[in-house]
Amino acid sequence: MSGSAKSALWVALLFAAGLAVPAATAFVVFAALAPSDQEVLLRILGERLPLLVFGAMVLFALCVGLVRWFFADYVLPLGELAEHTRIVHGVNDEMPVVSTGASEVARLAHEIGRLAAEKRRLRGASDARVRDALARLEEERNRLAALMSELVEGVLVCNAEGRVLLYNEQAKALFSDAESAATTPRVGLGRSIFAFIDREQVVHAIEKLEHSRRRGETAPRTRFVAPTAAKRLVKFEAAPYLGGGGEVAGIVFTMSDVTGLLERESQHLSLLQTIAARARSPVANIRAAGESLAQYPDMEPDRRRRFIEIVAAESSALSHSIQEALQAYGEALKASIALEDMRAVDLLRVAEERLRTITGLEIELDAVDEGLWLSIDSFAFVQALAFLATRLKQDYKVRSIRFAVRAIGRFAELDMIWGSAVVAHDALTLWEFEPMSIGPQTSPLTLRDVLERHGGEAWLHREGSAGARSSCFRFLLPVGEPVGAGVRPPPSIESRPEYYDFDLFAHGAPSSDLKARRLGELAYTVFDTETTGLEPSAGDEIISIGAVRIVNGRLLKNEVFEKLVDPQRPLNPASARVHGIDAAALAGQPTIETVLPEFHRFCEDTVLVAHNAAFDMRFLELKEKAAGVRFDQPVLDTLLLSAVAHPDFADHRLEAIAERLGVPVLGRHTALGDALVTGEVLLRLLVLLGERGIATLGEALDASRETYYARLRY
Amino acid sequence: MAKRVLIVDDEPNIVTALEFLLEKRGYEVRVAVNGEAAMAEVEAFKPDLVLLDVMMPKVSGYEVCQRMRANPQWRGIKIVMLSAKGREVEVSKGMSLGADLYVTKPFSSAELVATIDGLVSGEA
Repeated sequence: MSGSAKSALWVALLFAAGLAVPAATAFVVFAALAPSDQEVLLRILGERLPLLVFGAMVLFALCVGLVRWFFADYVLPLGELAEHTRIVHGVNDEMPVVSTGASEVARLAHEIGRLAAEKRRLRGASDARVRDALARLEEERNRLAALMSELVEGVLVCNAEGRVLLYNEQAKALFSDAESAATTPRVGLGRSIFAFIDREQVVHAIEKLEHSRRRGETAPRTRFVAPTAAKRLVKFEAAPYLGGGGEVAGIVFTMSDVTGLLERESQHLSLLQTIAARARSPVANIRAAGESLAQYPDMEPDRRRRFIEIVAAESSALSHSIQEALQAYGEALKASIALEDMRAVDLLRVAEERLRTITGLEIELDAVDEGLWLSIDSFAFVQALAFLATRLKQDYKVRSIRFAVRAIGRFAELDMIWGSAVVAHDALTLWEFEPMSIGPQTSPLTLRDVLERHGGEAWLHREGSAGARSSCFRFLLPVGEPVGAGVRPPPSIESRPEYYDFDLFAHGAPSSDLKARRLGELAYTVFDTETTGLEPSAGDEIISIGAVRIVNGRLLKNEVFEKLVDPQRPLNPASARVHGIDAAALAGQPTIETVLPEFHRFCEDTVLVAHNAAFDMRFLELKEKAAGVRFDQPVLDTLLLSAVAHPDFADHRLEAIAERLGVPVLGRHTALGDALVTGEVLLRLLVLLGERGIATLGEALDASRETYYARLRY
Repeated sequence: MAKRVLIVDDEPNIVTALEFLLEKRGYEVRVAVNGEAAMAEVEAFKPDLVLLDVMMPKVSGYEVCQRMRANPQWRGIKIVMLSAKGREVEVSKGMSLGADLYVTKPFSSAELVATIDGLVSGEA
């Protein structure tokens, strides 16, 4: 019952009681009187009727005043106090407990406040211990996260149902790029892996791993190569994650991009095939002609000439086709795939350090082109340089060495230059085939092997005339592709990435009936929109959507959605003041028809949450048709949930709730900022709802529908 | 006097053809089948041009080229390198070591002879 109904009832009761006492007394006196006296009394009373009515009115006014005073000073303050106490007890013990009621209520509030302070003190002490423990845990997490982000490979772990428990930014990049964002799901915690890896492939991998494990293999592995939506060809290496009972509880995938690798391999293969195919028939013709000529040395001159012409013509054709094939596949003949891309200057810095340590020579870098990249096996190559430096020192008493490198077409020319020592012209030719020995160590490789591996060459290069010649060892090495730039993930809004959640291991298969699932284990997409105005039916449009995911009770600040939308209509200056987005910021942004499908992908398989959701949903629904999507998932509204949790509070604006529940409000009035606040608010409201016995999604939806606010709106 | 060409190659089949074609063209031709023999012939035969195969056992064509260019006395001798290896790096190396021309196998014998004519007469 609402407060006003309650107070009306109290007024009625009090008034009735106030009237009943004199009325009953009057009746008893009246009954005892003689009939003639009764008549007199009735007449007297009849004459004084206005006075009586006035008396009753005064009584009524007194009753109203009394009830008002009682409600204002006792009933309402006590109700509020109870709410406050519940919040202090449940979610926010920092909230001051104050009362506007009578002094007794104020004293009670004061005492509760002292209890709260005591609770805070106790919590402070235990919090400190928890914080310590958490800090240690956090450090572990950070270490893992840092490790994950440093890996070149993508890493992704899923449980037996295929839900993602861990991933790194590299894995995310392999599966989606800007172009495919609208049509493919993103990698995210708790999301199904089958959305981006073929289900059959994963099931097959699990079966294979289970089989190897049962056969007793200690480290079962399986591999496959599959294309992804980001148009990459990815090699997956799967290893089992074993549960407590030794069963396969999940899979650890490591992934690498083999797009270029496979291309190169197939180029090599088709080069071989082309040459073989083109050579076959000319060789057959030459062979037939040659064999005929050899077998019949005295054949008639005409026929003989004919055969010879065949040999000449066919061999010329063969030369041409081999030449053509080699030219067409020139790239395929490039260096081996074991090479890595490295900045030339970095290679030389490494070499400088190593040569100085090993040989004690003075090493200098001169002209080094900073932007030059090499495709190189840096270890083997630095070893080769060290070997040459050692020999130059031993055999020619060289004391210092300089390096210079520059780009010459598709190759880099690297010079190893020494001072005035005259080095024999065949020195390199002789050293080339020796096993490279550097100090006590001898490499199984020769300089020639290292050069072959790079598809490179080296020789003693001389410049100038015979008198003033300078010489150096000149290397020709393949130029590499710049790497690194642009691969780094964009900085997330929080430094600590939340890329994994092993608690998801424990989750069973999702129940088919969403409404029966517990609120704590659902995945939510909490979102907010900014709009040109308040009336979608009058042509107001969305100008930005921000969203964040909640999985397993955690707000995933790394898995956010933030997009500006070109509303294709002028902005209202009044609303622009609220959200701070101006027309310039929206120019060139995608339209809602592009953004909405992306958002739809982002919130797939989750419960939608917004503050005053009806407003945002109306905007979304109006655009569903144009964007070709439908938002048919359940929707929770933090405004209604707050009203369910706190029926006695009147103010359910986001700021008010956030303040009540102790949620810090930062960066409000951007869609993402509001979505983040709403997400934190939701997590705390779920605790309060739990105390009221609202545990499942179905119960939360029903309770929302029954609130006062909901009835007002619908 | 007839111009002299020294053919240095360890593959008899190609040597047979080249020797025959160049002699028909009026050159005085000698053949060396390895790098060591080639150096001796350069000294003794004093050719105008050397046709030098890169891929030979022991002393490679690159080395013969380098040794010849190391001696200023032989600076006037034209060197044409022949090779089954035709990648940019090998061509660069050959030219850098002092070859006048680097020809990749297979080649047209008529074109090769024409090129040799040009080099020897100083027109190329």
